[in-house]
Amino acid sequence: MTDLRKSYGDVEAVRGLSFAVERGEVFGLLGPNGAGKTTTVEILEGYRRRSGGEVRVLGQDPESRDRRLQERVGIVLQSSGFYPRATVREAVEHFAKAYPRPRNPAETISLVGLDEKADARTKTLSGGQRRRLDLALALVGDPELVFLDEPTTGFDPAARRAAWGVVRRLKEMDKTVVLTTHYLDEAQELADRVAIVKEGRIVADGPPEQLGPSSAAYRVSYLSEGRRVEVQTADPTELLHRLTRDALARGERLEGLEVARPTLEEVYLELTHEADSV
Amino acid sequence: MSGMALAWEQFRFERRMFWRNPSAAFFNFLLPLLLLVLIASAFAGDDDELEVLVPGVAGMGVLATTFTALAFNLTLLREEGVLKRIRGTPMPAGAYLAGLIGSAALNALVQVVLVVLIGNVAYGVALPVDPPLLALFTVLGVVCFASLGIAFSHVIPNGDAAPAYTNAVFLPLLFISGVFYSADELPEALRAVAEVLPLKHLIDGLSEAIVGGGGDAAAAAAVVGAWALGGVVLAVRFFRWE
Repeated sequence: MTDLRKSYGDVEAVRGLSFAVERGEVFGLLGPNGAGKTTTVEILEGYRRRSGGEVRVLGQDPESRDRRLQERVGIVLQSSGFYPRATVREAVEHFAKAYPRPRNPAETISLVGLDEKADARTKTLSGGQRRRLDLALALVGDPELVFLDEPTTGFDPAARRAAWGVVRRLKEMDKTVVLTTHYLDEAQELADRVAIVKEGRIVADGPPEQLGPSSAAYRVSYLSEGRRVEVQTADPTELLHRLTRDALARGERLEGLEVARPTLEEVYLELTHEADSV
Repeated sequence: MSGMALAWEQFRFERRMFWRNPSAAFFNFLLPLLLLVLIASAFAGDDDELEVLVPGVAGMGVLATTFTALAFNLTLLREEGVLKRIRGTPMPAGAYLAGLIGSAALNALVQVVLVVLIGNVAYGVALPVDPPLLALFTVLGVVCFASLGIAFSHVIPNGDAAPAYTNAVFLPLLFISGVFYSADELPEALRAVAEVLPLKHLIDGLSEAIVGGGGDAAAAAAVVGAWALGGVVLAVRFFRWE
């Protein structure tokens, strides 16, 4: 995807996003509400037309809404209902019919952990169970690529853990996953690579553990005469060298030395600070 | 599966869901029959009234099962994101909608048949004098009111408003179109309104087919057909998935 743009009237929701997702990768789009994440995935899913830029999904332009492309893609939308009087089993079996090589519906229901609710009507499901049904409906076609838009928003911690488990299973099954989230821990937990989106632009991207722009500093701290001294630096190598050299020269030990890498949370807060303070 | 096969699967799925929804089963299906039986009982023996009532309630049945049901259901399906979800699968849009509309059309057909049979068996109204004409007007009525229902769903802002919007059309239309009594008994202004709208002409056509009487079936078909054409254009042109 190159230089993706989307405007609604005068409002530019997406202003030149570019990224590529490798096969088998879990890619996270992380950002505050209104950053343009959902607009971006809905263009990838074929729901919206882009205003500019180049997009290829599994080698095809999603705007074509080609059935052969849709057969290879599974979509979990941010919110979508289903016939309230259908049972979980009926829903999954019905969706399976639209795909050329579906997964076994019963096995798909097991995969998302809805066995006990298989014969319950969808309107009786809890929020977390409904989300798992969303996942089952997206997976029953055995897609190569799965889009998950805010898959755990509104979940309690146990339901989130369960949903994370399913995403890890998808990775084990060698699926490619594109997920959006505004939860840092979710991105850190699940994604191989994260792009932080703010106001329609990518402000940072990379593996979560390597994500750190120069402005978010390493914290180096040590004890000096019983007091903790903390120094922030973008270049810890140089600082550490100087500190240890000086200590050696004085013949002292550098007590309580700690070096802290900026966490994804700090990077994120730093990068999205302005958006949050609006 | 081919598009045709998927449309058939969707149709079967819709049938199963329909009978699980008691309020849909009542308002789309039983209410016209209930009104037929209650009003026909009051007019029992008055053949002129019964010959107005049977085609009238048949027309009402077509209106309720297609226009009202589709306007209402599509509003809910859109609001709850079901349409958007379907849109994200390889299910062809045409197959999905064919299944949905086909289910409403079957309700309309069954409704017309039941009204004619009840009229005949219980109240002695003769069986249709012109069955092919009855089939023609039923199909025309289904196309007309199904497409208008789909088009109308785009005007309804949300599910909460759907009953008010649909009934605001449904109830006045019944009373000016000669469902329960001959439209000729209405004041001229209301008659003029009914004359422009399709239900009165559908009922005129059904009346020609069921009891005969030398009316102008071709003119009635032309008006219903024109509305059907307009309805299809509006339904397709303004269709929204979300």
